[in-house]
Amino acid sequence: MSRAVLAVALLAFAAAAQAQQRAIPLDQIKSGSAFLGQDLRSLQNDDFANPGMLWVERGETMWRDPAGKSKQSCASCHQDAKSSMRGVAARYPKIDTASGKLLNLGGRINACRVDHQGAEPFRHESQELLSITAYVARQSRGVPVAASIDGPARAHFDAGEAAYRLRRGQMNLSCAHCHEANWGKRLLSETVSQGQPNGYPAYRMEWQTLGSLQRRLRACLSGIRAEMLPYGSPEYVDLELYLAWRAQGLPIETPGVRR
Amino acid sequence: MKRREFLVGIAGTLALPGAAFADDEVLDPLAAKVANGAPVRKGKVKIVLPQLADNGNSVPIRITVDSPMTAADHVKSIHLYSERNPVSNMANFYLGPRAGKAEIDSRVRLAGSQKVTAVAALSDGTFWYDAAPIVVTLSACLDES
Amino acid sequence: MAARIQIPSQAKQGEVVEVRVLIQHPMETGYRHDDVGHLIKRNVIKVLSCRYNGVEVFRADLSSGIAANPYVQFYTVADKSGELEFYWIDDEGKQGSERQSIRVT
Repeated sequence: MSRAVLAVALLAFAAAAQAQQRAIPLDQIKSGSAFLGQDLRSLQNDDFANPGMLWVERGETMWRDPAGKSKQSCASCHQDAKSSMRGVAARYPKIDTASGKLLNLGGRINACRVDHQGAEPFRHESQELLSITAYVARQSRGVPVAASIDGPARAHFDAGEAAYRLRRGQMNLSCAHCHEANWGKRLLSETVSQGQPNGYPAYRMEWQTLGSLQRRLRACLSGIRAEMLPYGSPEYVDLELYLAWRAQGLPIETPGVRR
Repeated sequence: MKRREFLVGIAGTLALPGAAFADDEVLDPLAAKVANGAPVRKGKVKIVLPQLADNGNSVPIRITVDSPMTAADHVKSIHLYSERNPVSNMANFYLGPRAGKAEIDSRVRLAGSQKVTAVAALSDGTFWYDAAPIVVTLSACLDES
Repeated sequence: MAARIQIPSQAKQGEVVEVRVLIQHPMETGYRHDDVGHLIKRNVIKVLSCRYNGVEVFRADLSSGIAANPYVQFYTVADKSGELEFYWIDDEGKQGSERQSIRVT
């Protein structure tokens, strides 16, 4: 009898641990677009004028371009992206079963280029990588973020959460100080958002161009006068997984428009 | 001053339309240049600009000119000016009777809170303008990404 | 240079139609510095023109005061079936063009 009770208790404990405490409950999470002024929100929803669509269109052309030694295009294997890629971006970052690594969407695209197309990977933050990533993510527009933190992803999730709570930089702040403890409050003339990732790659007004989530994380690090880790650092991908878990259920808005 | 005169004076001041933005009544001298000395009257032109910019890097603007856009009576050009940007003449738009409607939408860069002026040159040789104020704030965090 | 054009695919003769243009271009102001402190050279689209069946129906002089990835919306009267051709040139002399057909009934 006591062994059964113990088993139930252990199961309950495990379930609780898996459930993970959410600092912002799921019914209170808000996309970055909720913190925009009316004008930028309208711009994001304007399928023609949203500047991010310039990159999405380029990505659409790239999807059909043969690449590398294989001379195969993305379309050669994945056919019509509208159906084959629907829901894909919402599940990233994800463990790549072949390599065992945690990959974000850009990393997955580059892995495909190297492993299946015999092509060079696109450079981080290059126009090519941004375009194809934006195009693929766009196919998941409206799909709720649903990244898994089970199995081998769990260790990355834990590292990502630790990174989220680590104080750093000259200002000695962690992500949580602004985006967990003070979201909704004003910082100078701006309202602090929850720092959700569901609009990325996004056209950011500060950059006057489309940029990746990693670029946005680097901008945050710069903002708190911390050292910006190089693009492609595993710390970023772990953090991206934590952010995706935190954003569970928010619709993908790529290409988002942000300040 | 008698009390009654004083009260009438106060009431008169408060009744002035646009008293808060008295600056709009004074045409930006840089914008006046396009008329080459000819008078530039306020009217016919309407600028739609948000009162507060989301971000100074890209602000939506709409300029409409009340005109039938016929061969006999149309807008030849619209000239857009900033009073604070390093380059004051932001854009010029050339229309004509084939436009059908004198309305332009674009997105502009604004270097700080200021007044934006649009001058329209009509086919009859007259010039008209509108001016709109806008508050532009800086972003909170430094971004060196 | 990538660009997007939006016009109705068809219109009635005499109808005033909306034309939307979005061009991928940094509209570099010439006032920014790179990460080692050097001034980034100015390069903006300076002229954008629209020809309807060969006749210019719209032209714009643009400058650094127009936002990056410039967006312009204007109107034109649907005259005859044919093509709207868009041309633009930047400070470096790079030219871009796009065309879109319109059916006028």
